[in-house]
Amino acid sequence: MAEQKLHKQHTALGNAIAYILLVILSIIWLFPFVCIVLQSFRAPSEGGGGMVDYLVPKTFSLASYSWLFSADSNFVKWFENTFIIAFFIALGQTCFVLMVSYALSRTRFAGRTFLMKFWLVLGMFPGFLSMICLYFLLKNVGLTQAGAIPGLILVGVASSGMGYYVCKGFFDTIPKTLDEAARIDGASRARIFFTMLLPLSKPIIIYQALVAFMAPWCDYIFASYIAFGYSKSYNVAVGLYDWVNTNDYQGYFTRFCAGGVLIAVPITALFMALQKYYVEGVTGGAVKG
Amino acid sequence: MKKNSNNVLGIIAGNIKNIGVTFKEGDWKTRVSFLIMGFGPLMRKSFARGLAYLLIQVAFIFYMATEGISNLSKLSTLGTEETHMDPNTFLTTYGDNSFLILLYGVLTAVLCVLFVAFWRLNIQENQNEQEIIKKGGSLPTATQDLKSLLDQKFHATLLALPVLGVLIFMVVPIIFMICVAFTNYDANHQAPSKLFTWVGLENFKQLFQFGGNGMGSTFTTILIWTLVWAFFATFSTYFGGIALALLINKKGIKFKKLWRTIFVMTIAIPQFISLLYVSKMFAADGLINTYFVKWGIFERSYNFWAHPMTARILIIVLNLWIGVPYVMLMATGLLMNIPADLYESARIDGANRWQMFKKITMPYMLFVTGPYLLTSFTGNLNNFNVIYLLSGGGPTSLKLYGGSGYTDLLVTWLYKLILNSTNYRLAACVGILTFIVVAVTSLIAYNRLPSIKDEEGFQ
Repeated sequence: MAEQKLHKQHTALGNAIAYILLVILSIIWLFPFVCIVLQSFRAPSEGGGGMVDYLVPKTFSLASYSWLFSADSNFVKWFENTFIIAFFIALGQTCFVLMVSYALSRTRFAGRTFLMKFWLVLGMFPGFLSMICLYFLLKNVGLTQAGAIPGLILVGVASSGMGYYVCKGFFDTIPKTLDEAARIDGASRARIFFTMLLPLSKPIIIYQALVAFMAPWCDYIFASYIAFGYSKSYNVAVGLYDWVNTNDYQGYFTRFCAGGVLIAVPITALFMALQKYYVEGVTGGAVKG
Repeated sequence: MKKNSNNVLGIIAGNIKNIGVTFKEGDWKTRVSFLIMGFGPLMRKSFARGLAYLLIQVAFIFYMATEGISNLSKLSTLGTEETHMDPNTFLTTYGDNSFLILLYGVLTAVLCVLFVAFWRLNIQENQNEQEIIKKGGSLPTATQDLKSLLDQKFHATLLALPVLGVLIFMVVPIIFMICVAFTNYDANHQAPSKLFTWVGLENFKQLFQFGGNGMGSTFTTILIWTLVWAFFATFSTYFGGIALALLINKKGIKFKKLWRTIFVMTIAIPQFISLLYVSKMFAADGLINTYFVKWGIFERSYNFWAHPMTARILIIVLNLWIGVPYVMLMATGLLMNIPADLYESARIDGANRWQMFKKITMPYMLFVTGPYLLTSFTGNLNNFNVIYLLSGGGPTSLKLYGGSGYTDLLVTWLYKLILNSTNYRLAACVGILTFIVVAVTSLIAYNRLPSIKDEEGFQ
């Protein structure tokens, strides 16, 4: 009896420690977001919209938000740009990845392993080594500065077939006997792809589209290089980075926070809604590499 | 690497042998096809295929005659006449543009390789047709050909666009940049007004040379930090993530989903917002400093980003904040897959928690997540966002070349070389070396992965 009681106390103590740890960690992990939200509501009368040495604003105001939507800022335009880019990249990239994955997973053809090895090696080059050359190629067809948005979509989609690993891993788990049975019944490979495999791949399609949709919101390197100096073609990352890192970032600090909140809320909501698919993709991808 | 090159050589040798055999055993139609592509199919009344091959050849010859040959011939010098202004008449004579010469040269070379591939296909085609006719079969009609693109050859239809995209947007630019590494293309040789030309291995020598105008010390500093960073970033987030997953999975902890959601939120929020904010938080006039001074922990504000050591440690610590939730998410799923009877029998044998963790959990996790660790390590070698958004590569120092700082990775240095000092030749060298570092680590690690060495280990 005494021993059992001791055991109970032991687990209760363990759980208490675990709860305390979790609470502390949660606070650390959420702290920056709470800060961003608090700062975004600070009135410009305090510190002129710059950084201040306290956390909770003395007067709350929506001034930073209303400024974002005023004619002085390009924020709405940037948001629109990023949304368009993200939407089309998600669409194109998902199609390309599905196409490549199906071909590499379900069919065997001469040069298949060569193609896979070649792309693997190619993927080891730092991506933006190709930046200078791509910039010129795009400039030649008018897809930089003013035309940066279609240009960025093109760059984002064109070489995306190389990111087939997770999706191919998923296709590999769907039994091949299904294909064979359908082929005996006279279905063509195209038909198998469209009517059999795609409906089965809903989770991986959503995962691919979600990852592809979220990436352009963080894309700084290519976006800043291709839209160079043309503010109307910036995406949110380039625009807000400039706000924080120009010399007068003091004045733009609360505006940066407000912009950050407006971007983070819809993206986070979308992510949370599709979290289940994301977890599946991440777990599957980690094991298969 | 050696095995691969043997493979490639083997493939080439096999192809050449096959071509020879085809020529020897081929009828006259096949043999003429060696010179006039598509001749054989046309004579065998397979018009669509024959015409396609013929058109490819005509187009290629036309292109080579009009532009291709001159593009290739200019490659040897990358232009001879510089753009200059006559001092008396103020008339500008536009000279050669080395950038374009190199770019078009590379494009033409790629086209030539493609043409050889088509020529090879054309020979294969002849061989196949001959065989079909020999067996008394009939050649597929054009409609059958088109249909096969949705069936037996569906892979070709699917891969056409993605492969073309990779070719134009990855292969050509990378070949171009590899070439640039062997030229003197930099701020002093900026196309179109100035010429640049081949300099052999000069750039690599400069990169490895210590003293003088060499960059040996900058390069080694950055390389070592890149490797150290990748090591700590990968393993700290890995073990942190597993620990967090175990903590949340602990028996008796309620609201597991809520805890998980709190941490997962950090993945969803775009990094440039959170990282930029956190970087400002630790600045000299940031929140952390002002509160630490207020509470009397620091005497006066301490700029974490201005000292190499604190900046480096801070980056690794802050990276935990980014990376741990991701690993936690992954580990949660995997931990549930560990067969429960393993733990059960361990408990009967009197093992304590730590022993079970060490003997069951960790080996299992390392086994299944080996590939993840590898991709995560190589990903961290090239982790541009975290470094650039947190410290911008700083603190910079006069001891380091090209505006690079003590937290710069090879990739961020490469980025700065391109953008700030337009030193394309060195940027290209750094890019190639980055590739070598990634390739070598992948090769070494790949052969040691437990899941590769021993596939059945945990099944």
